[in-house]
Amino acid sequence: MSKTNFSELNPAWGDRQPILVGFLCNWCSYRAADLAGTSRLGYPATLRDIRIMCTGRLDPAFVLKALREGADGVLVMGCHPGQCHYQEGNYKAMRRIALLRRTLAQLGVHPDRVQLAWASAAQGTIFTEKVAAMTDVVGRLGPLEWRDTIEDPAPQMKVLSLEEVAHG
Amino acid sequence: MASTNGKPKLALYWASSCGGCEIAVLAIHEKLLEVAEAFDVVFWPCAMDFKQAEVEAMADGEIDVCLFNGAIRNDHNAHMAHLLRQKSKVLVAFGSCANEGCMPGLANFTDREHILRFIYQESPSTDNPQGVRPQLRTEVPEGTLELPDFWNTVKTLDQVVPVDYYLPGCPPEAKWVAAAVDAIVTNKLPPPGSVIGMDVAVCDECPRKRDVKKITRFYRPYEIVPDPEICLLEQGLFCAGIATRAGCGALCPSVNMGCRGCYGPVEGVEDIGARLISAIGSIIEAKTPEEIDAVLDTLPDPAGYFYRFSLARSFLRRTRMGQQDGRRVAEPIAEVPRLEPELAD
Ligand code: FES
Repeated sequence: MSKTNFSELNPAWGDRQPILVGFLCNWCSYRAADLAGTSRLGYPATLRDIRIMCTGRLDPAFVLKALREGADGVLVMGCHPGQCHYQEGNYKAMRRIALLRRTLAQLGVHPDRVQLAWASAAQGTIFTEKVAAMTDVVGRLGPLEWRDTIEDPAPQMKVLSLEEVAHG
Repeated sequence: MASTNGKPKLALYWASSCGGCEIAVLAIHEKLLEVAEAFDVVFWPCAMDFKQAEVEAMADGEIDVCLFNGAIRNDHNAHMAHLLRQKSKVLVAFGSCANEGCMPGLANFTDREHILRFIYQESPSTDNPQGVRPQLRTEVPEGTLELPDFWNTVKTLDQVVPVDYYLPGCPPEAKWVAAAVDAIVTNKLPPPGSVIGMDVAVCDECPRKRDVKKITRFYRPYEIVPDPEICLLEQGLFCAGIATRAGCGALCPSVNMGCRGCYGPVEGVEDIGARLISAIGSIIEAKTPEEIDAVLDTLPDPAGYFYRFSLARSFLRRTRMGQQDGRRVAEPIAEVPRLEPELAD
């Protein structure tokens, strides 16, 4: 796949690419990613995938930490509802991600930077489509750069005389 | 360095705090006499007339123990944190503000510009037609008046200087203050970096019974009369006990009020919100996005609930900052523009 110029989606990218962290469940989505690879399907090189046993193992702290450490978005992928290998894991993930997205919105992080998607072990194409869709969403939102938010340079105030203070 | 009367030197200081921690020191009652007996109090501006210059004149490490309460939210707070760190052998982060930011840390949901604008211009009780704001330096005939610069972001003590011990709580319970005093007096302090307190969650001290029920909605405290024996969270009342460090004896849940989280995250948890999201995700009875949204709609202001005491020491620490008219301001997302349908759809 040809390299996208992300600054066309949002000028704030400059010549950098979005950094997505993917948490993929061992039994479905990680295998879908493998299948996409062995089938030589093309998709944006934006995702750093991390294998977890089940989306139910996803501690929301992983997502917050990823965002703090420089990820622009987090894509969590697991088995389709009803097909989790631990029965309930992906339902828990659905509820946690929904609550996490609401919490993030209050902290000024666009909730679409954190998304949940499903791909079974046979759905390599779906995996690539989701990565492409997520890349497009984050591409349009622009860089997150949480370090800039935390490292808050003290703003310089002007030195005013009493006169100036009183008269604005 | 021992003081002239041979007693170890004790300092107590307040940065950005409410004064409750100072009262918590008094709440150890007659044990306070032991403190006076054992220590030479060399700095305690809340209680006695001490001057900053006296601390500045001390040798490095001259103070044996400094109990530091309050968050760091302006240049003077930070200056005092550095000064007392330099002059103290043992620096204790005392109370929730110094540990997690506590209430002052909620300012991290907004920024300096919004706070100053509200306080000095927009609040209903303010009469300030010229919009006068405090200035860092103001020239007056007598000389220059100075005020410390006010930060956008409230920090915890250990985000500014290294801290030796942590005494959590809003305020710390008297028994833990007493325990800390005992440990210092008898020289039985735990390894540096330790929290003086318990390492389990509030649930472990809570007398309520859990029956692992799932909930289908949340209630605000005024909406229901809770059963006095069953876990509040399982009755749909928000309770942070599951993610909060024990040590208070589960005071709030014992009187029908969900834990607010004032002891900060339980041992092993860095971000209290993440743990609460995990826990709540497990107890909600809902399996489709619509059902989930319906339940979550009954929990307004989740970030406020989760980070009531611990925003400043959470992973993200504050709302996102951006630029507006050349000023750095917080950028909360009020109306969320939908870019894409959720990927799972
Ligand atoms: S095993 Fe795949 S989501 Fe649980």
